Amino acid sequence: MTDVLVIGGGNAALCAALMARESGASVTLLESAPKEWRGGNSSHTRNIRCMHEEPQDVLLESYPEDEYWQDLLKVTGGLTNEPLARIAIRESATCRTWMQKYGVHFQAPLSGTLHLSRTNAFFMGGGKALVNAYYRSAEKAGIDIQYDSEVTSIELSDKQFVAAHLKDGRRIAAKSCVLAAGGFESNIEWQREAWGIDEHGVSPADNFLIRGTTFNKGVLLKHMIAAGADQVGDPTQAHMAAIDARSPLYDGGICTRIDCVSLGIVVNKHAKRFYDEGEDFWPKRYAIWGRLVAQQPDQIAYSIIDSKSIGRFMPPVFSGNESNSLDELASKLGLDAEVLKNTVQEFNAACKPGEFDHTTLDNCHTEGIAPEKTHWATTIEVPPFYGYPLRPGVTFTYLGLKTDETSAIFLNGTRSNNLFVAGEMMAGNILGKGYTAGIGMAIGTAFGRIAGRNAAFAAGNESRCNS
Amino acid sequence: MQQLNDLIQEARLTGMSDQEGEVDRIMTICNACRYCEGFCAVFPAMTRRLQFNKADINYLANLCHNCGACLHSCQYAPPNEFAVNVPQAMAAVRQETYVEYAWPKSFGRLYKNNGVIVALACSLALAFFLWLSTALRENSNVTLDGNFYAVFPHNVLVLIFGAVFSFSILALGIGFYNFWRNISKTGASIAAIGESAHDALTMKYLDGGHGEGCNNEDDGFTLWRKRFHHFTFYGFMLCFASTSVATLYHYVLKLDAPYAFNSLPVILGTVGGLGLLIGPIGLLFLNLRRNPLHGDARQKPMDRAFILLLFLISLSGLFLLVLRESALMSYLLIIHLGFVMGLFLTMPYGKFAHGIYRMAALLKNAVEKRQPSTLKLGSD
Ligand SMILES: Cc1cc2nc3c(=O)[nH]c(=O)nc-3n(C[C@H](O)[C@H](O)[C@H](O)COP(=O)(O)OP(=O)(O)OC[C@H]3O[C@@H](n4cnc5c(N)ncnc54)[C@H](O)[C@@H]3O)c2cc1C
Ligand code: SF4
Ligand code: SF4
Repeated sequence: MTDVLVIGGGNAALCAALMARESGASVTLLESAPKEWRGGNSSHTRNIRCMHEEPQDVLLESYPEDEYWQDLLKVTGGLTNEPLARIAIRESATCRTWMQKYGVHFQAPLSGTLHLSRTNAFFMGGGKALVNAYYRSAEKAGIDIQYDSEVTSIELSDKQFVAAHLKDGRRIAAKSCVLAAGGFESNIEWQREAWGIDEHGVSPADNFLIRGTTFNKGVLLKHMIAAGADQVGDPTQAHMAAIDARSPLYDGGICTRIDCVSLGIVVNKHAKRFYDEGEDFWPKRYAIWGRLVAQQPDQIAYSIIDSKSIGRFMPPVFSGNESNSLDELASKLGLDAEVLKNTVQEFNAACKPGEFDHTTLDNCHTEGIAPEKTHWATTIEVPPFYGYPLRPGVTFTYLGLKTDETSAIFLNGTRSNNLFVAGEMMAGNILGKGYTAGIGMAIGTAFGRIAGRNAAFAAGNESRCNS
Repeated sequence: MQQLNDLIQEARLTGMSDQEGEVDRIMTICNACRYCEGFCAVFPAMTRRLQFNKADINYLANLCHNCGACLHSCQYAPPNEFAVNVPQAMAAVRQETYVEYAWPKSFGRLYKNNGVIVALACSLALAFFLWLSTALRENSNVTLDGNFYAVFPHNVLVLIFGAVFSFSILALGIGFYNFWRNISKTGASIAAIGESAHDALTMKYLDGGHGEGCNNEDDGFTLWRKRFHHFTFYGFMLCFASTSVATLYHYVLKLDAPYAFNSLPVILGTVGGLGLLIGPIGLLFLNLRRNPLHGDARQKPMDRAFILLLFLISLSGLFLLVLRESALMSYLLIIHLGFVMGLFLTMPYGKFAHGIYRMAALLKNAVEKRQPSTLKLGSD
């Protein structure tokens, strides 16, 4: 019988498996995806948010613990467990050498990423390269990796893990277990249930696109909650970005993001503006626009810019609808031309002259219009015009299992001695809502390693750790 | 899938081949993703553009060293619907550029079925030297004594090889020039030339960007591809140096071959020859085990024929050196010269040319890096 069973195949699972192995346990890892789709959402990631007191290898300046904590407090509006959050923050300062030991490479700051290189360390080649490195290391360390192995239920005996039951009928027993099977974002049925029917009579979740893997169906999450595991978070809370409506339903990843929102206006299907497009910079803007679009009728919106903006934003993967007049643009986007022209005219009239600078919160703003645009407001008048359709893109869900600083799960309030949880499956303890770039990997790495070590301990290897 | 492709390409294909269109499609995805920025020069060069025209695509294709790193780390690699395979798409366009920029243009066709062409060129050259040796021998009656020129008079060799080599260099030079004119509108500074020479001579972009090397059969990294390239390239250069020194000996110092084992030409030739044995064997071994998703399968015969030819040149040369006092000498000489002639004949129309176009692309990269980017992308 294997000592530690790890369920999942993304960053959190791999960190847990490697750490358990390092602590002397024999380890089996069950990934529901086939090999070519392994790695879950982790294979779509780009960076990890790291605290540091001074410039450190690929990190510029300093990003002290308290600033990190304040950033997290701000985005979550206080919906966070401070002791757990601080564990993830502190671990993020030191985990990079451990990651490098297992083959992860970080990338020196490049021109395009300079302003993020103070807070975030970028993986060379992105998350898939990281996941590959971990899998290679795991194989070398003798971890038994099984693909195409979806776990559907957990056999418990008096709050202790006994065995996992797989969809294909197998039963795998182990001395302890780590659950790291991600969120439930790719389970559209569950999302529909959570989001219900909106005031326009449609189910918003029907119009969501899933940015990551198809394999995070939340089967295990649902099963554990039904089995009495304590949960945290709200099923409608998730990280949602506004992405191109033409993206594939799954696995569109990073390239489908639309980065010109702040340069023009965003209208809904009635050709009306609905939010301040100039509110803030990329990371914030990126994380809020998915929810904003989700609240609009039919969950669709259109980002509209004129030719002045070309070359000022990240090149989009799908070209915009290019038109020489607003009439033509409206017809291409299926919007009412008269209303669109009115919206643009009204907006143009409200733009106050200023010095445009999209690298700072500049003084180009509107006056006398609702909603106002507080920065980067310049008239939309130089053809050709471009329109990009937007949809909510779900990154990951926050509903998860309650845990403590040992990463153990709780069953009706009692701590299990040999069943642990890591990654998206427990990120909701720290992220009640909101998001700050790179914290998903920070949480997964910190709690993956803690869960792995404690699972090894529970199976009779080495020593236990609290953080 | 079809729909995604249509969306991405949107009639930007004018004037491009299907393969160039595929690189255009892929670069548009990469430019919106950029995760691979750290691996090589292709990605930073890409980020200086919002769209890609034919010249950009030819340039980027030759800047790619086919290291495979960006394929294994690609979140959009097949089976993802976006089906991004940068090394394969780049390799296919690379071959098109060889065909397109070849001089004379009609000879570009020789790139197709290149393995057969190389074999044919070698066989013809071998037959030619066999015939020549008998034709020459009938009129003379000399003892060989390790003296190659007793088989083929020095002047005859100089004439034949000089003519073919000069033509090859001219053809490659014109190819380089045409390619450079197409991809670059400006000249190159000394600093840029220096940097590109450094990048070419160290084969910088075979290090994976992190120094652990590139990919071969799977997602693990290996430095052996870089090392075997070094053995091959420097082995070749030493052999070339050996011939050059021997030419100087002959004309300037009036010293005739055969040269002693401890003479400079023989030492250079021996060390170079060993490099040219180890390098090609290694490259062939890696080539046979290479992940089928890397590169363009249709070009394997060309790659392997070239590798094998270098190996045979070196092997026959070393045998010739060791056995030059024996009765086998004239046969070994015929074989060796046949292979060398095969190489000279096919140089501008075979795998050899990849180094030439790669150098032009590296030079362009070094020039372009020094120019300010016109894009002002405000955010991540
Ligand atoms: C496009 C995109 C970009 C992102 N960028 C970043 C970033 O730059 N930085 C950052 O910090 N975060 C980022 N995130 C968030 C990040 O992906 C997650 O926070 C992180 O990957 C969570 O890791 P995990 O191991 O918990 O889950 P995952 O990586 O999703 O892994 C879950 C694994 O469990 C497997 N699984 C699911 N169900 C079962 C089952 N029943 N049985 C067995 N196995 C199962 C899945 O196949 C998968 O392998 C991004 C997310 C997306 C979608
Ligand atoms: S190869 Fe793939 S991961 Fe790399 S930049 Fe291109 S799309 Fe992104
Ligand atoms: S295969 Fe290697 S050299 Fe070519 S583009 Fe990809 S990373 Fe660069």
